[in-house]
Amino acid sequence: MRFLSEYRDQKSAEQLAGAIRKKVTRSWTIMEICGGQTHTIVKSGLEDLLPREITLVHGPGCPVCVTPIELIDKAVAIAKRPDAILCSFGDMLRVPGSSRSLFDAKAEGADVRIVYSPLDALKVAKQNPEKQVVFFAVGFETTAPANAMAAWQADHDGVENLSLLVSHVLVPPAMEALLSSDNCVVQGFLAAGHVCTIMGFEEYFPIAQKHGVPIVVTGFEPLDILEGIFLTISQLEEGRHEVENQYARAVRREGNRPAQKTIAEVFEIVPRQWRGLGEIPASGFQLRGRFQKYDANLRFPFSGEPARESPECISGLILQGLKKPHECAAFAVKCTPENPLGAPMVSSEGACAAYYHYGRRQNHLVQPELSGSASR
Amino acid sequence: MADAKITSFNLSCPVPRVADDRIVLAHGGGGRLTHQLIEKIFIPAFANDALEQRHDGAVVSVNGSRLAFTTDSFVVRPLIFPGGNIGDLAVNGTVNDLAMCGARPLYLSAGFILEEGLEMDTLRAVVTSMQAAAAKANVKLVTGDTKVVDKGKGDGIFVNTSGIGVIEANAKGTIGPSAVQPGDVVIVSGDLGRHGIAILSVREGLEFESPILSDCANLWPAVEALLKDGIEIHCLRDLTRGGLATTLNEIASDRNICIKLEETLIPVEETVQSACEILGLDPLYVANEGRFAVFVPAAQADVVLDVLRKIDVSQGSVRVGRVEEGPGRTVVLQSRIGGNRVVDMLSGEQLPRIC
Repeated sequence: MRFLSEYRDQKSAEQLAGAIRKKVTRSWTIMEICGGQTHTIVKSGLEDLLPREITLVHGPGCPVCVTPIELIDKAVAIAKRPDAILCSFGDMLRVPGSSRSLFDAKAEGADVRIVYSPLDALKVAKQNPEKQVVFFAVGFETTAPANAMAAWQADHDGVENLSLLVSHVLVPPAMEALLSSDNCVVQGFLAAGHVCTIMGFEEYFPIAQKHGVPIVVTGFEPLDILEGIFLTISQLEEGRHEVENQYARAVRREGNRPAQKTIAEVFEIVPRQWRGLGEIPASGFQLRGRFQKYDANLRFPFSGEPARESPECISGLILQGLKKPHECAAFAVKCTPENPLGAPMVSSEGACAAYYHYGRRQNHLVQPELSGSASR
Repeated sequence: MADAKITSFNLSCPVPRVADDRIVLAHGGGGRLTHQLIEKIFIPAFANDALEQRHDGAVVSVNGSRLAFTTDSFVVRPLIFPGGNIGDLAVNGTVNDLAMCGARPLYLSAGFILEEGLEMDTLRAVVTSMQAAAAKANVKLVTGDTKVVDKGKGDGIFVNTSGIGVIEANAKGTIGPSAVQPGDVVIVSGDLGRHGIAILSVREGLEFESPILSDCANLWPAVEALLKDGIEIHCLRDLTRGGLATTLNEIASDRNICIKLEETLIPVEETVQSACEILGLDPLYVANEGRFAVFVPAAQADVVLDVLRKIDVSQGSVRVGRVEEGPGRTVVLQSRIGGNRVVDMLSGEQLPRIC
């Protein structure tokens, strides 16, 4: 397929993997920021091609993982109102709040709808003038322009029964927080290509400089990721710490200016809660000025039970590469793919599920002993 | 830039809760939750030898004849989709379940649950398609039932069909998961994902340069050709709900074997692949209504491919993988770039991802 098959070509993949092997002289830990990149890495079995010296750790760039539990609870509470229609991207529906997920709410009769674009939520609002339509606006910089556009368009069209439950977070402050952590093991980053398509990559220069880490803006196909790893490893081996752009076919240094303008018109930067991380200053968006009338937080004041997290899951440590899945007391005992305690055990993409399958069952595949990166 | 210092970086992921106190949509998705429902609720209640075969239909002996009996309900939205409608689907779905038992489909029943307010023209179109599909498959619709529910209590039309077929004398041995063994090859009868994507493209308002049509079709001619040729068929499975990945996981887990697939061999048409990329879906899990997988001994693979490729409905047959002893209960895919991954069973339906 044009624009796809050439980025999944076995011969080129082997060549890149060969170049990486030649370059590596010692152990390095690289974090891919984005959940989309993690998905590609696991789906294509990309780690099989890498030398043992390279450990990939999966970053916080998964909106499903970092959206605070309080907000899930809030979305569930709004969905259960008889006058409300809650619209959301598909994979948020499975994420449980303190006691239930949006799927559970749907099973109990709430009107919860999967949409592919926030503008579809606007359409739902226009079609149901007697209902309050709430869009669960989650994500990173990538989804921000479309979410901003929904508020802008609603304002333009005078639609009043739409509101946005905003949980927008930003990548650079999270990288900064991660690098400032005492136990940070990350030595280089694959920055999230699609975030940079919108925002450009100028904001990464000070981070690379301050912390002495290479940051390579990387795409989402297997060859993109292999090339991103090659560029990062080359910098590490040569003692450089620069910002490079592997994903030049989509990302410009300055990003998408009109999209940034729309974001700036509709959103302002605020401190945000990250699930498991706590509050990070200036790390997210909320609606500003005349768009605040579309803020579901203001429209539906919510006072529920304080949110509760499960104490047993150590996925946070696993995602940093600080603990291996089999070092978790619950691994394969209380926590299995059939009865998961944490997201990494849920799907085949998760680090714990991969360990469960490969480590327990596939002695000759991938990784004979349980060592190396979290998902091997 | 924010100068946030976090001394204990503790990124914890959401804890999924297994739904067990009420039915959720995923219980009907064909994945792990559907299986739990069958294992925990239905099998304990109805346990018997025929049910224990865990195949697409039950094979029972009556006065020396071996009969296959199966049932299926159809709740598709939209009722009419590119390449077919709920009527074709209801006939072919049950015909195919019989064919997968190696049985010649003979008689069907049809139960209609109609929603108050349904347009008569829609019902007519559906019934006409059922008749045409039945005639094409050479089966007779011999009994039926109609119920009407209040507006808002149904989705236009729900159809249930049950079917009876006969296993002919030339069928060798048992056809079913229990006959699958290491050394078998896995052949699929054509490109994957058309039906699921045809339905989704209408639901999500996606338009393609050339529309993707459902692959909805009667599979008996392909099975009949294999039986006539005396092929030693170990197992047949249509690749409906949950797609190839779910079907293979069921067999791998029933038989405690490993099925190894090669991504480069798996046929997915370009437009279907593109749609899957846009929607964030994996074609391995997307439903088909006119495709099946057949397990045969490696020595017979070439003959099987020759036979299948001569039949319209299985022209696109290709070998996609093989059965090995271990690791048990596992489906492994060698990716295009040469890495390996486990192809797991989904918990429920695939959900479009945010990123």
